Parts: sequence; structure tokens; C-alpha cells
Amino acid sequence: MRYYAAFIYIFLYAPIALIVGFSFNSGRYAMDWQGFSLQWYGKAFSNPLIVQALTTSLTIAGTTALLSAIIGTLTALGLERVSGLVRHLFDALIYIAIMVPGIVIGISTLIAFVTLFNIVNPWLLAAWNFKVEMGLWTVIAAHVLFNIAVVCLLVRARLSGMDRSLVEASEDLYATPLGTFRQIVLPLLTPSILAGFLLSFTFSFEDFIIAFFVAGPNVTLPIYVFSSIRRGVTPEINAVGAVVLFTSFALLIAAQAILQRSNRKLKGA
Amino acid sequence: MTRRSSAVTALLLTPAGVFFFFLLILPLAVVVVYSFGERAEAGGYAPGFNFGNYLNLPARGKAFFNTLTLAPLGTAVTALFAYPMAYFLAVKVSPKYRVAMLVLVMAPFWTSQLLRYYAWMMILGSKGIPSWLAWLGFNDIQIINTPWAVLIGAIYGFMPLMVPPIYVSLEKLDKRLLEASADLGASPWASFVQVTLPLSLPGVATGSMLVFILLMGDYILPQFLGGGKVFFIGNALVDLFLQSRNWPFGAAVAMALVAIMFVTIFFYMRFVLGKSGTRRVALV
Repeated sequence: MRYYAAFIYIFLYAPIALIVGFSFNSGRYAMDWQGFSLQWYGKAFSNPLIVQALTTSLTIAGTTALLSAIIGTLTALGLERVSGLVRHLFDALIYIAIMVPGIVIGISTLIAFVTLFNIVNPWLLAAWNFKVEMGLWTVIAAHVLFNIAVVCLLVRARLSGMDRSLVEASEDLYATPLGTFRQIVLPLLTPSILAGFLLSFTFSFEDFIIAFFVAGPNVTLPIYVFSSIRRGVTPEINAVGAVVLFTSFALLIAAQAILQRSNRKLKGA
Repeated sequence: MTRRSSAVTALLLTPAGVFFFFLLILPLAVVVVYSFGERAEAGGYAPGFNFGNYLNLPARGKAFFNTLTLAPLGTAVTALFAYPMAYFLAVKVSPKYRVAMLVLVMAPFWTSQLLRYYAWMMILGSKGIPSWLAWLGFNDIQIINTPWAVLIGAIYGFMPLMVPPIYVSLEKLDKRLLEASADLGASPWASFVQVTLPLSLPGVATGSMLVFILLMGDYILPQFLGGGKVFFIGNALVDLFLQSRNWPFGAAVAMALVAIMFVTIFFYMRFVLGKSGTRRVALV
């Protein structure tokens, strides 16, 4: 059993190690080790297309994470205050947003945006000589939709484990509702909001399929990686990949550590 | 007071409501409308109302066939490989290291799917495993671009998602049941088959549903490891929307995919949740 587990860990991590390993290869062909070199890192980060794609992806992921963390938290707080139909409706919407596959989200938002543009652009052109197009904002909008659901689930899990008596005590001591929120509720929720922010960032930074449909002419890092893999091997991709993998592992470990520590504190209190 | 607080509630829920309505419900409704339309001359959409697109679904029958055979098969094989791993973590590992080791299993799922399957393209491609097999004397073995490659990719990609729900169901299993079973003279294997396995099936079902749904909607896995030979519904959708630009037909294919998924979820809720009570499983 112990050996089986070791085998599974190797199975899960060997491909990742392969990419990181070959990012230090001095040769330019996959699976053909020529010796150690850092040249592909230098080449990757002096390639303006890669730098541009990285900037685009960071902009999208940062904005998505910020908006999702805020809106997801507001939604979780709002849902605490309602019951019945509204609550069921939102529950259903959250699960639909998570369950509908990314490719369908990509397609439906693409169609919806195109339909919208066809309707409003003639008016906008006539009135202000201006038109709306696919861009970073369409990707952000589609990513936020999914991540609101993720953040909301995380924050609600935290709210349901929260000790109500703290809120009551605060009210008994004549704190205003806003004061109670700022001094009691928000600090308790911060870990799950932060974890939600990091997960949203990771999701958005790595999403390929939704961006593939709604990015228009913009190239995100995953789209760049996808098209270079399709065109044939470019050894720079291993270097970019190693950086991306390292970043997402760091973010994940951070999110996990925050959640673990706060759970322990909650139980200890 | 009540009026003010309900205004606050409305304010809290409005942003998400706007997003869900304009980016989820409305777009899905537009897809439904499109699926009854016709293809415009230059590609895209022309209004219409007929079932032609749905009747035409068999034109992409191969994609449906591949998806509906390999997705269930991939899910089953993943569950088979994930179960012993979950059992090991939940039963054999000391509680101190359990969570960390579980996180280590889950972590790859949250890293770039693109890069992980790219690595498998190298491993299964002609310079990878086939070249080692050739060295051992087995020549001309093709792995990549076969259903086998897609299955290996499915196990690899979705093991991290399958292990946690099974782990959860095994971990909360009351150990006294096993002691009782042993006291009554059952062998460890009999205890496992008659006590542990049945009680952990809800976890297997939850994991399987998650994996099945994601596998059915996958694009990268069949694209990279099936190489255009073993293609899924997702590949057909990308072709219909971004290359051949037959949007109304693509919309019908997308609707068929969503319909299959919701039927799966319905049966899951009906038979699994109905029997065992609600079980919540953390995804992260």
C-alpha cells in the first residue's frame, strides 16, 4: 500500500518535474537532454510576445480575483439574510455556474457578447463614433462569473462555522451594525476571502478554454502556450511553464495554509 | 429598520444577481434560441425555428460516441486507481500528516492543465515511452493519439479530484463498526467488503460525478493526447464555433452536452444523495 501511494505521487509529479527539468536543457528538442543551461529563461523573458501575454494574463487574473473576492463575499453575506425562494434561486445559480463546463460558458458568453455588440454598435457608432469589442473585459466578466460562485461557497462555509454569540455580544455592547461587521465579522471572514482571492487568481491565470472563445484578438499566456504547442515545440515553453507551475503551487500553498490556520484557530477558540 | 435592512440585503445580492443574469442565464437562453436557428451565409446565425440542428446531431456522432464511451470508462478507471490511494491516506497515514498528504494529491489539479498534458504529450510521444519500449524490443508501439492515451490522461488529470471525496467518506467512517465486525469473526477482507466499501460508496459516487462532468466537457485532454484522432464533443464545439463557424449547429451540440450532464446530476441527486443524506465535499 505504501508503495502504491509512492507510485501515485511519482505518477502525479513526474510530468511536472519533466517540464521543470527540461526548462534547464541546453538543447532545443523535447526529450533530448543536451546539458544544463539557463538560456531558455533568458530567451523567454526577452521575447516581447511572451512578456505581453504574461502582462495580459496578470491583468486579467488580478482584476478577476479582486472583483470575485468582493462580489462573492457580498453575496455570501446577503444570502445569510434571506431565506426561501431567493436563497434557493441563488443556490441553484451558484451550482449551475460551477457545474456548466468551461467550454459551454465560453460559447454562451461569446454568443451573448456578439449578439449584444450587433445590437448596440450601430447606435454607438452613430451617436459617438465608438464601438465595443471583445477584449480583456469580456474575459474578466466570464471569469468573475465562475469565481463569484467559488468565493461565495468558501465564505459561506466560514460563516456557517462562525460563533453567533460574538455578534450578539457586540450588539449588546451597542456597536452599530457596521461596527460589528468591521470589528467582528470581517476579521473572522478574512482568511476565507483571502483564500478565495488566491484561488480565483489561479483559476483565471490558468484558464485557457473560456479565454480562447472571448479574448478576441488578445493573447493570454495560456493561449500563447497552446498555440506554440500546436505549432511545434518551442523550448521557451518549458521555461515559461516552470515559472507558471511554480507560481501556482506557491499561491495554492498560501491559500491552503491560510485556510488551515484559520480553521485551527476557530476550533481552538 | 426592516425596510433599511432589506435594502442592504438587496444591495449585497445585486452585483452577483447582475452577473448571473447577464452572463449565465441570458447567454444560455441565447444559446437555446440559436440552436433552433439556421447558419447564415457567411457563418454565424440567421433567425429561424426548426429542429434541423438537433436532427443533424448524428453528423457529429463520432464525437458523441467517443465522449460517451471514454468519459464513463475514464471515470471508472480513475475511481479504481483513486480508491486505494484514498484508503491509504484515510486509514494508514497518521492523522498528523493526512491533510498535508491529501493536499499534495490535490495540488496538481489546480495547476495548468495545458502544461500537464503537454508533459504527457512528451512522455507518450515517439521520443518517450515508445522509444524505451523499442529499446526493450517492442517496436512500433503507438500510444499517443489512441484511446489509451486519453484514458491515461483521464486518470492523471482527475485523480486529484477523485481522491478527496472518497477520503472524506472513509475518514468519517466509524472505526467501531470495524471492531464490531472483527469481534464477530469477520476476516479483514470480509469487513472491508461488507462494511467499509458500502459506507464509502457515496464518496465514490460524488467523485465520479465530478470527474464525469469535467471529463465530458474536456477539450485540452482529447486535443493533446487524442491528437485529432480521438476527439470529444469539446473538440467538435471548438471546430463549429471557431473554424467552420456553424453557430446554430454548435449551439445544438452544446445544448445536447448540457442536457446529458444535467441528467447525470439528476440521477446522482436522486439515487446517491437521496439514500445517504446530503454530503458536502470541499472542492478546495
